[in-house]
Amino acid sequence: MSSAPPAAAAVAAGPARRRRRSWRVRTRRAAAPYLLLAPALFTIAAVLAYPLYFLGVLSFQRYGLPELIAHNGTWIGLDNFSRIFHDDEFWRVLVRTIVFTAGAVGFTMLFGTLIALLLARLGGFMRMLLTTGLVLVWAMPVVVAVNIWVWMFDFEFGVFNWALTELGVGDYVNHDWFENSRTGLLIIMGVVVWGAIPFVAITIYAGLTQVPRELVEAASIDGSGPFRIFKDITFPLLKPIFVILASLSIIWDFQVFNQVWIMRGNNPSSDYYLMSVYAFVESFRLSEYGFGAAIALVMVAIMLCVTFVYIRQMVRIGEVR
Amino acid sequence: MSSQVPAAPVPVAPVVRARRRVRPRHVVRRVGVNLLALLVFAVMVFPVFWMVSTAFKPPADILTFTPKLIPSSATLANFEDAIHRPYFWDVAKNSLIVVAAVTAASLVLAFLAALALAKFRFYGRRAFIVLIIAVQMVPLNALIIPLYILLSRAHQTDKLTGVIVTYLTFVLPFCVWTLRGFLLGVPRELEEAAMVDGSTRFGAFVRILLPLVAPGLVATSIFAFIQVWNEFIIAYIVLSSPEKQTLTVWLAQFTSLRGTQWGPLMAGATLTAIPVVLFFLAIHRRIAFGLTAGAVRG
Repeated sequence: MSSAPPAAAAVAAGPARRRRRSWRVRTRRAAAPYLLLAPALFTIAAVLAYPLYFLGVLSFQRYGLPELIAHNGTWIGLDNFSRIFHDDEFWRVLVRTIVFTAGAVGFTMLFGTLIALLLARLGGFMRMLLTTGLVLVWAMPVVVAVNIWVWMFDFEFGVFNWALTELGVGDYVNHDWFENSRTGLLIIMGVVVWGAIPFVAITIYAGLTQVPRELVEAASIDGSGPFRIFKDITFPLLKPIFVILASLSIIWDFQVFNQVWIMRGNNPSSDYYLMSVYAFVESFRLSEYGFGAAIALVMVAIMLCVTFVYIRQMVRIGEVR
Repeated sequence: MSSQVPAAPVPVAPVVRARRRVRPRHVVRRVGVNLLALLVFAVMVFPVFWMVSTAFKPPADILTFTPKLIPSSATLANFEDAIHRPYFWDVAKNSLIVVAAVTAASLVLAFLAALALAKFRFYGRRAFIVLIIAVQMVPLNALIIPLYILLSRAHQTDKLTGVIVTYLTFVLPFCVWTLRGFLLGVPRELEEAAMVDGSTRFGAFVRILLPLVAPGLVATSIFAFIQVWNEFIIAYIVLSSPEKQTLTVWLAQFTSLRGTQWGPLMAGATLTAIPVVLFFLAIHRRIAFGLTAGAVRG
């Protein structure tokens, strides 16, 4: 957009014959980006925009098994939404999901930052060792990670109960962490945070390496402690990265599904429902696709607010050019 | 630790050397920091270690109340069990087909779009970029319901084609975004120089741009590979017959009402994770540093 005017001016200044020819060249050049974009744009519209629109349509319909077979929903207006907002289950799930997300994002950012600061302090060999470990964790497929954690927290032969008992924390022989959904969700939060830490830590560390050394040294000569330096220098400089990571984490953790689903053996009880699990169960277990779609739409709406913050930050740091 | 490293043969002014002399407090701090790093490493890596360790254990080492860190006698029996399970080869083949198809399709489409975004100025470019970012934030879990119904209308449930098309929803926008980043990194002057030297636009593209952006193409396709390989929920809901599923869904079969067979499960999990780990180690640097490249401005 911004480079067009000088080219146009140059053409206008030239003789008439040249103007005509370059007008044709220019049209061709102007069409090129749109032609290049068209296939991707078309695909995105087909596989993303249309389903999104259809999600909206579904949320205003009664769409159960009969409708699924007949390929046609029945329009019921706002009934699904009024049912949601009068549904105690929905509010319980919403609060649970918010608490879960806050906890998961909080711990992820906290440990991620601490590990990044640790990385910055390490010598070459130890830093490489820890980074390799982090990448190894980062690379674990979620399904694999969850299965490992289920095994570690197995009530009978799990290594965690054994370790707690050996360390003298208490008697955890045959302790079932999933009997109570609070501790169960804590374990699920554990696997989410464990899997998310590497990305956050490595990204913040990458940012730390760009903080001018002189600033930190000057502050340290002036007698600032490490906490003060982080608060007054490092954090303000890296704030864009923190905002981006936090909003990405919120978006990812708010829609946690696989971890709950697999950890509870593909059949979580209702006190384990997080938002996306709830929408999924309503749709695919109870065949209430319309109602499930309405829940999902509420989720999309909530996520939209976070996305807004994220995009604004991307625009600010000049990613959108 | 630094105290053990012999001083480098660099001419250093005496004053500086005096300041560099290692004080006991610094040694304590260094050791403390390194111990902490070791502890963090151990805690983070332990689950992965535990998976591999369990995968090589004989049954007696697994079902015991005092777990053994290292198998008493390493065995491949769990791996043999896992790959001889019904449908293992079908499922592995399916995973590969899906990954190859999605990666190839999205790479071609994304490369063209990224080319437009990075190399042309045109009306609506900014809007498209914002759209690409925003679209990546749409929760996939919310889209499963409409996607499933649309697939069932098109009679594409329980077919790999249905899954392949669906996976484009999250792979394509991501690929456009990363490839655009890589293309922006290629200086415009190089292409222009080639064209001044008499090369056509297409020639400049093939001889200059393509080789320079090849590492980006590799990194992006690996990342697409990883995302598709790991996907669970869509495959779980769309593919119902056991011989049509993908590896991540197949892993569920080690758990039955009678309990879980941990050894074979961990062996299967290890097999599922290996390709991802290998690829990840190859590209992680690009991904992490890409996000922060423009974030800190002096």
